[in-house]
This record gives sequence, C-alpha cells and structure tokens, in this order.
Amino acid sequence: MHETYVHGLEWTVKELFTYPNEFIYWTIQIVMYPYLTGLVAGAFVLSSLYHVFGQKDLEDIAKFALVFSFALLLGAPMPLMLHLQHPERNFHVLVTPHFTSAISAFGIVFSFYTAVVATEIWFVYRKFFVEQVNELKNKEGLGNAIKRNIYRVLTLGAYDISPEALHKDEKVSKFLAGFGIPVACFLHGYAGFIFGSVKANALWMTPLMPVIFIMSAIVSGIALCLLTYIVIMEWQKMKIHRHARRHWHMTEEEVKGAEIDLVRKATKYLIGFMIAAITLELLDLIFRGYTAVKSWDILRSVIYGKDFRNIFILQYGIGNLLPFIMLLIPGVNLKRTVIALILVLFGVFMMRWNVVIGGQAFSLTFAGYMEYHMPLIPHNLETAKEGLVGALTVMILPFIFFYFFNKIIPSLRYK
Amino acid sequence: MRFTRREFLITAVKGAIVTALPMSAFKLLTPDEAMAAVKKTRVRWGFLVDTRKCVGCGFCVKACKLENEVPYDTPVTRTWVERYVILKDGKMLADTPMGARDGFTDQKVQEKVVNPKDIAKAFFVPKLCNHCERPPCVQVCPVGATYQTADGAVLVDRSWCIGCGYCIMACPYGARFFHPVYRTAEKCTFCYHRITKGLKTACVQACPFGARQIGNLKDPNDPVTITVLTKRVSVLKDEYGTKPQVYYLGLDENVR
Amino acid sequence: MKSHVFRPLWIILGVVVLSLIARQFIVPSDFGVGERGFMYSFHRKSNEEEWKAFKVKYRSREYCKECHDDKYSSIMDSKHKIIQCENCHGPAIDHPEDPEKLTIDTRRALCLRCHSYLPYKQSYRSKIKGFIPEEHNPDMECVMCHDPHEPDLEGWQ
Repeated sequence: MHETYVHGLEWTVKELFTYPNEFIYWTIQIVMYPYLTGLVAGAFVLSSLYHVFGQKDLEDIAKFALVFSFALLLGAPMPLMLHLQHPERNFHVLVTPHFTSAISAFGIVFSFYTAVVATEIWFVYRKFFVEQVNELKNKEGLGNAIKRNIYRVLTLGAYDISPEALHKDEKVSKFLAGFGIPVACFLHGYAGFIFGSVKANALWMTPLMPVIFIMSAIVSGIALCLLTYIVIMEWQKMKIHRHARRHWHMTEEEVKGAEIDLVRKATKYLIGFMIAAITLELLDLIFRGYTAVKSWDILRSVIYGKDFRNIFILQYGIGNLLPFIMLLIPGVNLKRTVIALILVLFGVFMMRWNVVIGGQAFSLTFAGYMEYHMPLIPHNLETAKEGLVGALTVMILPFIFFYFFNKIIPSLRYK
Repeated sequence: MRFTRREFLITAVKGAIVTALPMSAFKLLTPDEAMAAVKKTRVRWGFLVDTRKCVGCGFCVKACKLENEVPYDTPVTRTWVERYVILKDGKMLADTPMGARDGFTDQKVQEKVVNPKDIAKAFFVPKLCNHCERPPCVQVCPVGATYQTADGAVLVDRSWCIGCGYCIMACPYGARFFHPVYRTAEKCTFCYHRITKGLKTACVQACPFGARQIGNLKDPNDPVTITVLTKRVSVLKDEYGTKPQVYYLGLDENVR
Repeated sequence: MKSHVFRPLWIILGVVVLSLIARQFIVPSDFGVGERGFMYSFHRKSNEEEWKAFKVKYRSREYCKECHDDKYSSIMDSKHKIIQCENCHGPAIDHPEDPEKLTIDTRRALCLRCHSYLPYKQSYRSKIKGFIPEEHNPDMECVMCHDPHEPDLEGWQ
C-alpha cells in the first residue's frame, strides 16, 4: 500500500463545525512569499528614489539597495518551491501558463522583473567590470585569472568607457530605475491580487488587498535595506576602528560608519509609506464592520477575538505604533532607529501572517475555526518545509546570495 | 562588416520569434467555435440531492472512497454528509465526523449531549463538488491542470498539477483537498469513469433511499431535469456566482 | 546604431526564444484550449480519456444476480431490498477472479448506520425502525439474531 499523507492534518486544530476537507493548506511559506517579494519591491523602490527623483543624499544606499534587491529577488521563488506539493513540476507555470490565474503571472512577471533588475545592475556596474578586467590583466595567480574571466563575461564585450558611453549607461539605468518601479509594484501588487481575488475567502476578498500589499511592501523593503545598511556600515566602522587603534595612520574619512543624515532621510520615506499602509488597512477594517455582510460575524470573532493579540497587539501595537512613535520623537539616533526598524519589519511580517493564516482561521461554514500550529521541530519533510526550519532557510538565503554578489559587484564601498 | 553581422543577427532573432510564436501559441478556439462546441454536446451532467430522504447512513461516502481510491482512513473525502441539529433556542449544532464515512450512530453532536426535547428541527445534507458552470477553482489554476469537460465535469490532471493549493482555496464549498497518495488536487469527478459508461455514480448507486440522483440536464426527459425544472430547488452559496449544478430539495437557511 | 546599450536586450530575447523552443518539447502535444474556452478548459485533452479509463469497482446488484440469484431473490423479498449487495459485501470489482472472496461487513456498526435511533422528525431517518444501541443487547452482534436478508423476526425461534 502507498504511504498516505494528509496535507495540513499535522498542524491544523479544528474547532466546532468545519468541512471535512478543510485544513490550513497555506502555511508559513505563503507568509514568507509575499514578505520576500515585498522586500524586493521595497528595496528596488528605495534604490530608484536616488536614480529617478535625484535624491542625491540617498546615493550611498541606492547601489546597495539595488544589489540587495537582486539577492532578495533570487530568494523569492524559494518559499513557493518549499510550498508546492510537486516542486519538481514548477516549470509547468512557465510552459502552460493559465493567465486567468493570478499565480500563473508569477513566472512571467518574476522573470521580467529579474531581467529589469539585472539589466540595471549591468548598466550601473559596467564601468566597474571594464576597470576590473584591465586592472586584473597585470595580476598573476589562478584566482585573479578566474576573476578576470568572470568580469570579461559580465562586460558582454562592451569595453567602451568613454564619457559618452558612460553617459548613455547612466541614462539607460535611470530609465530602468523608473521603469522598474511600476514593474516592482506590479510584481507585488499581483501578490496581493492572489489573495484579494479569492472570492471564497471572506477575509481576503477586497480590491484594496493589492494596494495594501504594495504599501506594506515598500515599508518593509525600506526598513530592511536601512537596517542591513546600518548594521554593515557600523560593523565595518568597528573593524576599522580596531584596525586603526593598532596602526595609527587611519584618517577620519575612512572610519565613517552609517550616515545619520541618510538614515533620517530614508526614515522619512518609511514613515510616509507606513501611514499610507495603515490608513488603507484601517479603512478596510472599518468598511467591513460598517457594511457587516454575511461573513462579518465570523470575521469579527476572529479579528477581535481569536486573533486579537496577533492583529492589535503584535501587528498594530508593537509593529506599527511603537516604531512610529520612536521615529517621530525628535533626536533620532542610530540605536533607536535600528530598534524601530526591527519592529517595523516584525510588524509587516505579522501583517502577512494575519492575512495568510488569519484568512484560514475560520471555516467556510462560518460556524467553525481552524488554528495553525507551526511545526517547530521537524519530524518529516513536510514539517521541515512548512515549519520554522523552512521559514528560517528562506529568510537566510537572500543574505547568502548577497554575500556572494558583493564579492563580484561590491555595493557598499565602491565609489 | 560589423554592420552586416548585426543586421544578420537581428534578422535571425526576428525570424526565430516569428517561427516560434505560432508554434507555441495555444490552440485557441474563437468564441463562436467554443460556443458551437458546447451547444453541440448533448450532455450536461447535473446532480440532485433530496435532503428529506437522507438518513445519514453514510453508505455513499463509503462507496465513494472505495470506488475512487481515496484512502479510507483519512478524513479527506470527495463526498460527505453533514448533520444539522437546530435547537428550540435557535442555536445551530452541526457536524460531519470523518465526513460521515461510518454514518451517524450517536445522538451526541460535536461531542455534546442533546436533549431530544430541545430539538426544533434536525436533518442531514449530503455534499459533493457542485461542478459549477463557472468553477472558480478552474479559473485560478496556474498551469491548466484542472479543467471542465464539454459535458460539465470538473476534473484534475494528476500528471500536470503542481500542488499549489490555489484551487482548494478558491472553492467556496470545501470540495477539494490534496490526495493523500498522489499529493495533487483531488475532487469529486461525478464518477466520470462510470457516468460515461452509462452507469450511475458510486454514491447514487449506494444510496438506499434515492436521496442522490445524477442526470443529464440537457435531456428534457431526464428525471433530474424534470425535477430541476418543475420543483422548487435551490443550490448552495449562489452568492458566489459560481452557478452550482448540484441542486437540492429541502434545504434550510441553516445549511452552510 | 553601434551601441552597447542593447546587448542585455539581445540576451533576454535569446533566453525568451530558447524557452519558447524548449516549450515545444516539454508541453504534451494535445495540450490546448477545449470546448469551454481558455478560462475553463485549458488542459491536456488525453486526461479526459484517462479518467474515463478509471477502474469501476461497484458493479451493482444486477452483476451479483448473475451468479447469486438465490441471495438476490431473498433480499428482494425483504425490506432490505433497497440496499445494494455491495454496501455490506464490499465492492465486487472483478469477483470471482479478483478478489476471489468478498469480505462481508457483519459488524453491529454497519446496522447502526440506519437503525441507531435519532429523534430527527424532519429527516427520513425517523421513519426507520430504530433503537438505542446502549439499551438493546449492547454486547451482541445484530447478525446473531437477525438475518440481514430477512430482517423481520417472524421466523425467529
């Protein structure tokens, strides 16, 4: 006899009257997926603020945000792969896309967006690639030879770094940065559409869902970029400081860490998008309560009852209100910003959780409930994939990607 | 020299696109062709459930699971029977233990003892996939693994399903689940292998009381069609605009 | 025209063309839009035949009658004539070849499906002769006294 496995049975606790086939089918990985694409979109928007809107004070973080966005982008399909019951068939989405499905857009939009970001990176870094090829020509050793060849491939044979050519690069990368914003919003807006268009789900179905997703995406993207930027820059400062104490010839210029002015500027954007996100979410909630259609009774019992702690304390309280106050009180310093950013990231994560898991917290009967108990310690493949282990894997992966990208296209020190 | 090579390349790419596109374009029927094809088919499978005749024996569930190889001891099932007990104070109790695979043999509902004197009304409601005229589950499949046949049955291609679960989420009736062995989306097929051979579905055949019937809604002389056309029938959750094709006699406002 | 600007674009187009060509080899040849249009019948046509070819397991009492005419007539004379043989005897499949013997479910639980009393006036259930399982010989199997093919106890000693 075949081995049987009822997907969802292990982590779903049912209460009162539910249909027999109802389980929490969309688990932590579907929480991670919009979270990651949100970070991608947000990081890209942050990098574009510099290129398109000429926010010169964001120059330092813009390049970093661009490369970081690419690393996050390559990590984004990972939660979907871990979620699919047949991950080996993932290419079906590309070969027979059924365009009436919001998920089928993923393959196309994702590939398109990857191409846009990769192309922009190429234009921003082409000069650097050419310089590296020339520089490494005179260096010996196998490592340098390999490196030089990598850069040679990366130039795509375009060695012209005359001022005119570079000017063209700049113009194109500016165009792509602008072009990428709607694409990024589309990539993430459609992730919201995946949920917002499910008419069977009373909590998900709202035309505001894509917009809410985009706003919170930008919030989380900016927050993660800023946070990573601060941590890396401060860590380098610390390293240089330690180095400088031993050798007394370091200039003040070299021990510069994260710039508080830049951080303050980016924080302003963060607060703006946060206000937009929260306004929309509250509008949605008020509207549901006011119109009070058939599903409202069960929704209310979930929102104000079962999920009260998750929604009002963890998401709105600790994840939104607290960092909001922290960032608005005058005299913001790096330490306070870092704490606030972590809270913002947590808040957006909780928002995703409350949408994805919260949307499955009540039964289609409107007369019963389901609770997701995330598997912490895995005892088989499913509980590893769709539990804490899978979530952490997905979260760490983009940072590993970024580490390797940064070896080839240094985004933090390169001027 | 460079110029010509460039031109050559462009022409080559253009050519490749032009040849590749028609090759990979989907075999599209024009709307007229599609309509004609649907009109031509003289079969549209439909289902009729008479809830007043159902006694909650669960023979239909047992037969369905064995006929369609849905692992017997799992809670997931293609068809199930629900019990509704409405008390005199207006409170509703409902359950479907193991989808009623073993029927209802206990007066307790949801583990609660119910005093017969408190019962205002109580009845059973068999459920299955509604094979909707506008199936939302099919609409959301990203790969074309689930589809509707010309005669109305909604089926799943087990070799093409990627197991994303979007269709399960999109069904307002809870009719879909992952097959415990194949790990692909699974659902009632109206026993497509039986009805296309002139047999009744396993559940219809197993029902001793005639609470379930399958028929051809395009045949005006079919008993199901006659009932649907001449009796006061209703469907489940029509507010979703799915146009379900499982019709019910004797539904109650409490039925979910 | 000799601009490096378009180089990434050529690479992207190349990838697109390659994937379109690869698609030709990956997608089954009968995959396409069926009678219900792109939204509702974008699928692999041969899957319909695969479902049609699924094995039939419940053969109905007419199939049983071919060999077990006596059993067939005995139950058809009783109140249990509405119950299909296979509900208690299990699906015939290809019996007597496969399986050679059917397993009869003679458990009390099987009878209780209908005969455990439930006070539901609006359901047909209340019209079936029912009893409270805890009160009526709870430790005995029903078949020790009742013959399912002749459930009335008229001939009972």
